[in-house]
Amino acid sequence: MSAPTKHRSAEEIGRTALGPRPFPELGEQRAAADLDSVDTTLANGLRVIAVRRSSVPLVELRLRIPFADPATSSTGSAHAARAEVLANTVLTGTATRSRVDVDTELALVGGELDAVVDPERLAFSGNALVTGLDTLLDVLRDALTGATYPNEEVERERGRLVERIRLARSQPNVIAREALQRHLYGDHPFAKEMPEADEVAVVTRDDVRALHAAAVLPRGAVLVVVGDLAPDAAVRAVEGALGGWTGEGTAVALSPLPVVRGGDLLLVHRQGAVQSQIRLAARGLERTDERYPALQLANLVYGGFFSSRLVENIREDKGYTYHARSHPEFTPGGATLLVDADTASEVTAAALLETRYELARMGLVPPTEAEVDTTRRYAIGSLLTSTSSQGGLASFLVNLAGLGLGVDWFLGHPERLAAVTVEQVAEVALEFFAPSAFTGVVVGDAEQLSPKLRALGGVTLP
Amino acid sequence: MALPELHRFTLPNGLRVVFAPDRSAPVVGVSVHYDVGFRSEPEGRTGFAHLFEHLMFQGSESLEKLAHFRHVQSSGGTFNGSTHPDYTDYYEVLPSAALERALFLEADRMRAPKITEENLRNQIDVVKEEIRLNVLNRPYGGFPWILLPPVLFQTFPNAHNGYGDFTDLENATVDDCAAFFDTYYAPGNAVLTVAGDFDHEEAKALVEKHFGDVPARPVPSRPSFAEAAPRGEVRAEHTDQHAPMPAIALGYRVPDPVNEVEGYLAYLVLAGVLTDGDGSRLQQRLVHRDGIVVDVGAGCGLFGPLEARDPDTFSITAIHPSEVTAEQVIAAVDEELLRLAEEGPTAQELAKVTARWVSTMHREHDRLTSRTLGLGSAELLFGRAELLYELPEKLSGITTDEVAAAAKALRPDSRAVLILNPASGGNE
Repeated sequence: MSAPTKHRSAEEIGRTALGPRPFPELGEQRAAADLDSVDTTLANGLRVIAVRRSSVPLVELRLRIPFADPATSSTGSAHAARAEVLANTVLTGTATRSRVDVDTELALVGGELDAVVDPERLAFSGNALVTGLDTLLDVLRDALTGATYPNEEVERERGRLVERIRLARSQPNVIAREALQRHLYGDHPFAKEMPEADEVAVVTRDDVRALHAAAVLPRGAVLVVVGDLAPDAAVRAVEGALGGWTGEGTAVALSPLPVVRGGDLLLVHRQGAVQSQIRLAARGLERTDERYPALQLANLVYGGFFSSRLVENIREDKGYTYHARSHPEFTPGGATLLVDADTASEVTAAALLETRYELARMGLVPPTEAEVDTTRRYAIGSLLTSTSSQGGLASFLVNLAGLGLGVDWFLGHPERLAAVTVEQVAEVALEFFAPSAFTGVVVGDAEQLSPKLRALGGVTLP
Repeated sequence: MALPELHRFTLPNGLRVVFAPDRSAPVVGVSVHYDVGFRSEPEGRTGFAHLFEHLMFQGSESLEKLAHFRHVQSSGGTFNGSTHPDYTDYYEVLPSAALERALFLEADRMRAPKITEENLRNQIDVVKEEIRLNVLNRPYGGFPWILLPPVLFQTFPNAHNGYGDFTDLENATVDDCAAFFDTYYAPGNAVLTVAGDFDHEEAKALVEKHFGDVPARPVPSRPSFAEAAPRGEVRAEHTDQHAPMPAIALGYRVPDPVNEVEGYLAYLVLAGVLTDGDGSRLQQRLVHRDGIVVDVGAGCGLFGPLEARDPDTFSITAIHPSEVTAEQVIAAVDEELLRLAEEGPTAQELAKVTARWVSTMHREHDRLTSRTLGLGSAELLFGRAELLYELPEKLSGITTDEVAAAAKALRPDSRAVLILNPASGGNE
């Protein structure tokens, strides 16, 4: 290479006269400062969680409104399409603000506000300089209580949405996610994360306004505010702005999902793919289950972080993948364990074999004390680092609040993790990571994948 | 608000150190930036700087393969590394009790990484999977960061694919790695940054303890990668196997961010005026008024602003339906640029961009990972970590005339136009 003519060999570089050195012990860990917080419910039914974190002069805001399809089946239901148009136009006009006014007012206080929807909830996410909190809340109030859904905005966004859905559906991870959800949940509304283009095309302004009136409700919703402010004052500001947001009934929560049962994977063909998406799923445990902390550690041992069995096997040992992981997904009254890996077509079957092998090994060669200690420290430490920013803390708390939990659960979790025993991890590992508990999909080029997947078995070919 | 505290010193072996203490949360970030990126790769070795980044995680004299990951994670921390045109960075963010461990890990691999044939072959496979995941198997993979440089630039360092071609990656040898390490990974060619919850004096003693005996080596003189801006409009087309609709990328040159930082920042403000928020010029025109694009974006640097030295890129990208032609999109962009060049932005437009930047900077600083990496790259590229904290004020100082001049300099007769076509013609 363009190196000097003389350089050391790799062997010479890899050793010094002194030799290997001892790895330092951990120092004394300073406790995180107690969080000053308020968790209360306003007269209109909106739950408000306000937390002081004054690291920077900003405020982060998250609003979660349960927004499920009241129908039991997504077949024939226009909810997903209407909800998607609503989320894309709720911030485009009110009696007093145009779309550009909304953007301008927020920008001048260093702010942003966005709305997104999924089968479970409508979520508003925003931030601003803390001096702009009143503006941020006023724009939010205006949208919640007075969104007008201007005709031209609805029409334009509808057209754009059709294109964006098409773009999204060209992404391999989206194709895999949709296939997995259908495989697991059929026509349950939870499986429908994205509407069809022709369903979007017929949504009218009146449909959206009717959905807003019926479903954008404070009762059952939760607002999280984290920032450089006193929690009491934050709650007063929220109450002043959103106290007048009212509506009949309670925001619609998702109906419980069918339990995921183990079974064959489904091979989904994607023409010309040079890589496959392996997506496995099994039943998990909700956060409030007393066995959850043990399952959290078992998941980390399996594939929940880089130093896991799955990553060490299929990436660091065999080079089959750049990205593999397992993670829980929490849903109303339950949870799912998900395993994801993306692998070259030639090694997809081999990677699936190793993925199943590591599942079986979780029960048969259960996590050791060293593995449990490593994951325990990681779980506690990463909770600390991921919530050390205002935005990280706000996002974490709004997700907890969606499960009915709050700051207390967050503060108490390190202790719950500390109390987990190796035996408890072994017990949940045997039950929840059994290969027979899993099902899922493989998305890739079926022509290339079929011979080896057929030989491996447990995969339904197209 | 008072500027956050910053300290710097240099060890006798040449390692530059930046300290940014902040005790508001019990976490600490450690990063090492090496002054070598993919612009330094020789021909026939595309992707080598990035491949080498992977190898730096594969063990060192005191640490077996996989030990680095386990030690960081069992201390409750996270880690990563990334390769840019002009530098390669490595970092850990951990509970503050693990500060010494992070320093140990970075020092051990700076002093004596273990580079083996087995790990090299394994990481070539992993990198190929990374490229399949992010480029080959994905719609718009590598758009525009891999596809635009070969249109805008003529010379190999600036134009080539920083992820690398599979053939080049497969040809890499252990001896190439040894030469690369000895040349570029000298302590004098690196910046160590520590940010977050630590005591200045204690941390200084730990830095001296762990990095002090990394032997000094000569630091390579960095060649100039300067080249002339395109004379005329240079065009190229690319067929994307997976994209459902066409896209375009316009690439322009910007002033040297090191020697003309104010000039460069005018383009950063211009990017905000063009595409930041629903009220921005190109969002209004292309998305909301004409409705000819699905999405549009503009920005300095293909890895973000102030992430490379000269020559750097200003790009405007858009994805559009196949019923719309690239020429329609380009003509509308040119009209808006011309209007800005003639009339300049309004005072309110500048105020919006500035306020959003102040807020964005605070938000970046609040995430310890971005703060640590931002300070490290600013120190390495510009010799001034404090630039990060000064940006809001500098951006507020940019005038409407300067933004108008920047818009005027985005000339059709000195730019790259990349047209991305779907393999199916957009009618799948």
